[in-house]
Amino acid sequence: MHDLLSRIFSAATLNETLRTATPVALAAIGGAMTEHAGIMNIGMDGMILMGAFFGAYGSFLLGGGWLGLGLAVAIGILVGLLFALFVVKLKADEFIIGCALNTFAIGLTGFLSDSVFGYNGGKGMAALPKLRLSFLDHIPFLGKGLQGLSVLFYITLLLVLVLWLFVYRTPYGLHLRAAGEKPETLRTAGISPEKMKWIASILCGITCAIAGVYLSLGDLEGNFAKNMSNSRGYVAFACVIFGSANPAKAYLAALMFGFFGALGTCLQAYISPDLTAAIPYIITIIMMVYVVLRSQRRRRLSHRKEQVA
Amino acid sequence: MEEIAVRFDHVSMEFPGVLANDDISLSIRKGEVFALVGENGAGKSTLMHLLYGMHTPTNGEIWVKGERLTEYSPKAAIQRGIGMVHQHFMLVPSFSVAQNVVMSKEPRKFKLFYDWKAAEEKTRALSQEYGLSVDPSAIVGELSVGLQQRVEILKALYRGAELLILDEPTAVLTPQETTELFSVIRRVVREKGMTVILITHKLYEVKAISDRVGIMRKGRLIAVKDTASVTERELASLMVGRPVLYEELERSGQPGEIRLAAKDLTVYDNRGLTAVKKLSLSLRAGEILGIAAIEGNGQSELLEALTGLRSCASGSIGICGQQAANCTPGEIRAMGLAHIPEDRLATGVSKDASVAENLLVGRHKAPEFRGALGYQKQSSIARYAEGLFEKFDIRGAGIAVSAGSLSGGNLQKVVVARECSFDTPVLIISQPTRGVDVGAIEFIHKQIMDKRNEGTAILLCSADLDEVFRLSDRIITLYEGEITGEFTPNTIEKEELGYYMTGNRRKEAGAHEAITH
Repeated sequence: MHDLLSRIFSAATLNETLRTATPVALAAIGGAMTEHAGIMNIGMDGMILMGAFFGAYGSFLLGGGWLGLGLAVAIGILVGLLFALFVVKLKADEFIIGCALNTFAIGLTGFLSDSVFGYNGGKGMAALPKLRLSFLDHIPFLGKGLQGLSVLFYITLLLVLVLWLFVYRTPYGLHLRAAGEKPETLRTAGISPEKMKWIASILCGITCAIAGVYLSLGDLEGNFAKNMSNSRGYVAFACVIFGSANPAKAYLAALMFGFFGALGTCLQAYISPDLTAAIPYIITIIMMVYVVLRSQRRRRLSHRKEQVA
Repeated sequence: MEEIAVRFDHVSMEFPGVLANDDISLSIRKGEVFALVGENGAGKSTLMHLLYGMHTPTNGEIWVKGERLTEYSPKAAIQRGIGMVHQHFMLVPSFSVAQNVVMSKEPRKFKLFYDWKAAEEKTRALSQEYGLSVDPSAIVGELSVGLQQRVEILKALYRGAELLILDEPTAVLTPQETTELFSVIRRVVREKGMTVILITHKLYEVKAISDRVGIMRKGRLIAVKDTASVTERELASLMVGRPVLYEELERSGQPGEIRLAAKDLTVYDNRGLTAVKKLSLSLRAGEILGIAAIEGNGQSELLEALTGLRSCASGSIGICGQQAANCTPGEIRAMGLAHIPEDRLATGVSKDASVAENLLVGRHKAPEFRGALGYQKQSSIARYAEGLFEKFDIRGAGIAVSAGSLSGGNLQKVVVARECSFDTPVLIISQPTRGVDVGAIEFIHKQIMDKRNEGTAILLCSADLDEVFRLSDRIITLYEGEITGEFTPNTIEKEELGYYMTGNRRKEAGAHEAITH
């Protein structure tokens, strides 16, 4: 038992938590943007997958991890534009479009992967650097946990901060939230709510593309496998809801998801790996139940407050 | 020589299949309060939406301060000093007052960041300047409707409005709030030289506040008058296109036996909170009991409980001597109760079904409409529906079209016609004329009064105090699910009633007992 505990609360678990959480967090902060803009975006999984493939393909084609990231982000912008074209401009049902995007991404990346890399998937592309910071060696525990993380981990932290400032500290963030909550208000103020929705979709396309690149070029050494997003987009959506679409809270939710993923790895020695792999998803369900109960309680509390006032 | 603030020059607006505004020419003078009246669908709001740039007119031009509008967008309108308070408020509920007020012209720090301190400062200064006191840091969704309206006005003022359009501003206000709003309007006009356009269909408000009045009917501007030179009755006739006789409705007969009695009734709302608290009331044959309450004070839940749409937590309901608490709507209707629900679209009609089907439903199982194997006899149904259609003066493209194609007033007549046709001993009526125009109101009121005179026991709930006053034999005020007083219409003023509707309890001894008998 002591053995298990020391294994769970180890620097390796911290490292694994951060590594597992990063792609989910990246998608979740993008999803927070569309959520604020009033779009129920379940298409993040497809967006991640596209990013993963085009990151790998870009690296393969252009011969550099950063170039791969560039191509993936460019495609991510296009995917965001495509999503907004259907959802915002043509006013199609966002749920259907999200589903379609996911299915489309699986088909397209699968087909392209077979054509470009062959049936065994792509391997050995130039990856993005992992940072080995010498000062971390002098910090006990934490240093070991943070050592050797992908450069995208640090970019994620930066993006969380930037998007948080964007949403809560700039006028544009106010417009974004108004576009989701009461679009007519924004329209009568002389600002187009549709524009804010387009911007949110593009931002989401970008962060999801980076999430995908993290999978193919960040965490793995330049590798693409079919359907490698592996439902992370849905988990990211759960994190968005759990974090009330606040980028910082969504990041924390992703960390929690990452921790339970890492926990699963620790438990593999004791329980069937098939069961441990289910842990993050079970946690997701529990998270959702909690969200529903919380919102019910809040509604009741706010009503009581009204009665007192 | 008066300055012209806005000039409409042969303006027409056509939506697919509807000519909403037909060749309207009108000048609004600077510094006046101009009232725009008309029945529902007369095109008042559309005309103002054009001025605010929400649509581009099909024909004609609009001139603001001597300049022709070339671009129609809210942004352009705001730049020209036009502000609009919409009928349905344009506020973000989760934002603070200040955030709503400054939206689209936010004060900034370092050019990029929202400066909430400056926003609250500016909002506070503005609210003091105009006497519209409201806390800048309060969350809008938690404010009362009256305060939300203040925020809307502040928002327009913050954007530098010189001309303020108010679209049916008093529809949601208590009499006290209306008085306050009018004093604000007078103040901005007198002290700041603002121009105000007020859309309304309450004619006494026109008399109370406006300098001139424009009357619209079926998309056309029928007349423009100096308010002082017309009476309310003349205005009503102009609006409807024929004389409207706002006569005292004839009452006859004496209240009879108790038909509906509720005792210590407690009902919960959808959130599981107490909406009706140990309420008791009784209703006699041949009387109309009016319920006056501000929305959300338990009146909806009370009526739902009485009609079987909502379960009762405790207490009893008797309908014609039978125990009715927690019975199904069908059982309650069988006991002798008909119900005109508050929301005709949600619970009053089936929009997609035909007018005939909507008139029939409830008696569709009657033998005269039923053939073998449950076959519905179309010819007798048509004959029956035609009869009601004519008797209730429903105007539309006949009984075969879908109910949803009727206008609001005619749709309401369908509901009234059906529920009156059951000839039940008890009739529960909620918001009988909400969003219905003057002509139809007159007709519906007459029908209700006829039912009363025939000896039906009627419970009436309406957000329109005038209506409650006009029809009721007795009025009870409801606040947070409790009765705060009982009155007869000729012994109390409307303003005083508002006092009880906001939670003040009638002090005289025995007032409460009088209700329970």
